[in-house]
This record gives sequence, C-alpha cells and structure tokens, in this order.
Amino acid sequence: MRLVGLLSAPFFWLGIAYLAALAALFVAAFWTADSFTGDVVRSWTLDNFRTLLTEDVYRTITIRTISVALLVTVVDAIIAFPMAYYMAKVASPSLQKLLVIAVLTPLWASYLVKAYAWRIMFSDGGVVDWMFGPFGLGTPGYGLAATIVTLAYLWLPFMILPIYAGLDRLPDSLLEASSDLGAKPTMTFRTVILPMAFPAVIAGSIFTFSLSLGDYIAVKIVGGTNQLLGNVVYDNIGAANNLPFAAAMATIPVVIMLIYLAVVRRTGALESL
Amino acid sequence: MTLSRPARLALLAALLLGLAAVYLPLMVVLINSFNKDATFAWPPQEFTTMWWDRAIDNEGARSAIWTSVQAGLLATVIALTLGTLAAFALQRYRFFGRDAVSLLVILPIALPGIVTGIALNNAFRTILGIDLGFITLVIAHATFCIVVVFNNVIARLRRLGGSLEEASMDLGADTFTTFRLVTFPMLRSALLAGGLLAFALSFDEIIVTTFTAGAEVQTLPIWIFNNLFRPNQAPIVNVVGSALIVLSVVPIYLAQRLSGETSGGRI
Repeated sequence: MRLVGLLSAPFFWLGIAYLAALAALFVAAFWTADSFTGDVVRSWTLDNFRTLLTEDVYRTITIRTISVALLVTVVDAIIAFPMAYYMAKVASPSLQKLLVIAVLTPLWASYLVKAYAWRIMFSDGGVVDWMFGPFGLGTPGYGLAATIVTLAYLWLPFMILPIYAGLDRLPDSLLEASSDLGAKPTMTFRTVILPMAFPAVIAGSIFTFSLSLGDYIAVKIVGGTNQLLGNVVYDNIGAANNLPFAAAMATIPVVIMLIYLAVVRRTGALESL
Repeated sequence: MTLSRPARLALLAALLLGLAAVYLPLMVVLINSFNKDATFAWPPQEFTTMWWDRAIDNEGARSAIWTSVQAGLLATVIALTLGTLAAFALQRYRFFGRDAVSLLVILPIALPGIVTGIALNNAFRTILGIDLGFITLVIAHATFCIVVVFNNVIARLRRLGGSLEEASMDLGADTFTTFRLVTFPMLRSALLAGGLLAFALSFDEIIVTTFTAGAEVQTLPIWIFNNLFRPNQAPIVNVVGSALIVLSVVPIYLAQRLSGETSGGRI
C-alpha cells in the first residue's frame, strides 16, 4: 500500500507521460506528413525509413555523425588516460582531491559558453591563429575539425572521471607484483593496467559517444555548414514541419546507442558506470 | 610498479597540458569581456569595462535570466519530490518490475536530448493539444532532472540502511516523526546536492528547451544561442558567458561544503 503511494506520482510522470510520449514518437515515425499542409497523415507506411536507407545524403550524414562521435571518443580517451593516471596513481592524496575539483569545475560552466568559447578561439585572428601562427599554421576555420575539437572539449570530464575512478580502484599491490615478477613498466601497462582499466574507458566512451551522437548545437556554432543527424531532425521539426520523418531520423541515434551498449555490455563496463 | 622519473614527468606534462586546454578557452572568454575590440582580435590591445555596463542594462538578457531561474527552481522542486519518492520505493521495497522502473528513471537523460525533446514536443502539441510555453518547459525540465535527485537519494539510502529508522519506531515514534527527526536530517545533504545538480542541469539546458518552450519563452541558453551569431551583440554575449563562468564556482564550493566528498554529488 505504501509502495503504491510512493510510486504513483513518479510512475505517472515518467511511466505514463514520458513513455507514452516516446511511444507516440516512435509510432509517428511510421506515418507521413502531407507535403502541402504539413499535417500528419495517419496511415501506416515504411516510407520514412526507406528514404533514410536509400537516399545518399542521409547515409552520408549518418556515417559522418558516427565518425565524429568515434573520433571525439578516441581523442578524449587519449587525452584523458594520462591525466587520470597521474591523478589516481602519482598524485598525493591532497593533490588528488584538488585535481578532481579542477577537472569537475568546467562541468558546471555553461555548455553554450564553452561551445561559444571555441567559436571565438577558432575565429579569424583569434587565439588559435595567434598560437599556431608562428608555426605557419592557422585556424582550420569553422568545420568538422572545429566540431570534433569542441565536442571533445565539452565531454572530456565525462571521460576523465570514470577512468580516474577505475584506476583508483586498481590496487597498487597488483602493479608491484607485476614488477616484482620482472615485468618492465611497458609490459605491466600492457598486460595489467590496460586490461583492468579498459571497462572504465568504455564507461567513459558511453558518455562521449552518446552525447556526441545527439548533439546539433555545437556543430551549428563551430561546424560551418556541416550537418549531423541532430540537425536533420531539428530542421524537419522546424522549417520542414515533417514530424514523422524527424521521428524516423531520431530513431537512428537511439538504435546506434542500443547496439553500442549491447556490444560494450560484454566488457562489464555497465557495472562500473 | 614505481615509475621512472622521465615517465612521471611525461605524465605530469600531459596532465598540465590537459588542464591548460580545459581552462584556456574559459580564460579567453573572461579576458575578451574586457576587450575593447568588439570583434575580439587576439591579443587584446585595449581594455574596457563598457561591455559589462551594457550587459547589466540589457533587457533581453535580464528577463532571460529571470525565466531560467524560475523554470529551474520549479523543475528542481518537482524533481526533488518525484526523485525522492522513486528512490524510497526502489530502495525499501522489492516488487515486480523494479528493474524496469530504475531504467525508466535514467531514460530521459540516457537518450539523446533531441529524442526527449521532440517526443515531448509531439506529445504536448498533437496528443494533449497544449500550447508550448512556460508550463511545458517546466514539465520537460523536471522529467530529466528527476534522475539526478534519484541517484543522490538512493545512494544515501543504500549507505544508511534502515536500522536507525527501525530504532526510532521501536522507541515509539510514528512514521511521520521518524521521517522528520531521523530520515530527513540524514538525507538533507543528499537532497541539497541533488537539487543543486538538478537546478544546474535545468539552467544550462538548451536542446529539450528548444522543443518545449515555444516561441515566446526565452531562457538564458536560448537567448545566448539567438544572439551568438549577431556580431553587434557578441560583446554582450561574451559578458554573460563570463558571468556564467565565474558563477560556476559557486555550486562547486557549495557541493564541497555540503558533502565533503570530492565528487560534488552524482550525475
């Protein structure tokens, strides 16, 4: 009886309202919009999905989005691992605490402000130009490279923190045992640290990958005219007023994410989230 | 394994470079808010506080901040209520579908924001026939804020166990008294941490907001986004951004004071 009292309000909110909204969206993906009036025509059809799979432009955008999300994840993992390693295994306990705060603080700064900061950095005559000018390099301008840098920047703390937690849990005695048994540091890294820290990297990658997949704001700010999946969804809700097609498009990131989760589930990463 | 000196130094260098990369863009925004050149040529030649004065008088920014604060507070209150209820139900009872409920709570934040956004947009407009506005915005924000409160409260409940409450009941306190004198004081810091996170999440959200706020309601992120591409508004946007960067220290400080934990709550 108490249980019913406790659960009814959250269940009504999430279970009825939110789940029903998701279900309705999924159903709408099988409808079409009247191209003249924009009204939703409620007759069952697979046309939206057929368009998605057969038209080159959508395939290109899907592949581009997945590539960007993968690159962002790899860049973040490469930058985050040594940082997390120093934090967990080299720094003294008091420094450790400070470093965690230093990594966490930017998470509280506004997402838009951070994306905007990179727009300023990449502008002509901006900081990137100024820093790399002496080496004969300039800003890449607004485009996919800028998008990847910005997204990697935005999600970096989401990669550092799980790896840090994973390495922190790894007992020092294990590393000592490895070196006592004659393993060189590179060998210990390859055969002990990496396999044990891998689930933590995967846990971080779930954040970086899924956050990148759904993002369409950063690419609007620093991506120039490039489009990712999110932009197509956005344009179909707004300008094109084609909700069914937007709904069908929106299932792509969800399906990719479900596949990704199913694949990484085997590594045990989900338990270390 | 003791690392060699060069290895340690290399790791330290990587860490410092990483931290520099994290803070450099934020510093650039802060410095540019005093840059006299409205196109932000780098390095700045002359400094001024003119942009700050103008930003403080900016009507659009002020009303957007007020909208964001109101929406954030309302969404936080709803999320605190529903998240705590759900956490109690899941921690204290075993029932059919328990795992499904815990998955359901995480769903709004696990799915891409755009999916949640258009699902709610569709539900409000075509199924319920409500016009988008402040109310729909609050409902949408509360939906994805529930999870952070839930995570904080359930983590605390797990750690506490039920023995103190049983002791209180054994000593003759009724349910309400036990909640008031035993359970609530033990939960207080978890609720504050969860509430803080929920508010911050709502205050910063743009994607779901775009699809649920309608054309008339302008939250701060929407205002920033709309003014981002207007060259003559850029210095004002920059000042607002700087203010947000400075203010982001406040929740970190509060979280430290509250929990004494380094994590500052759970996401």
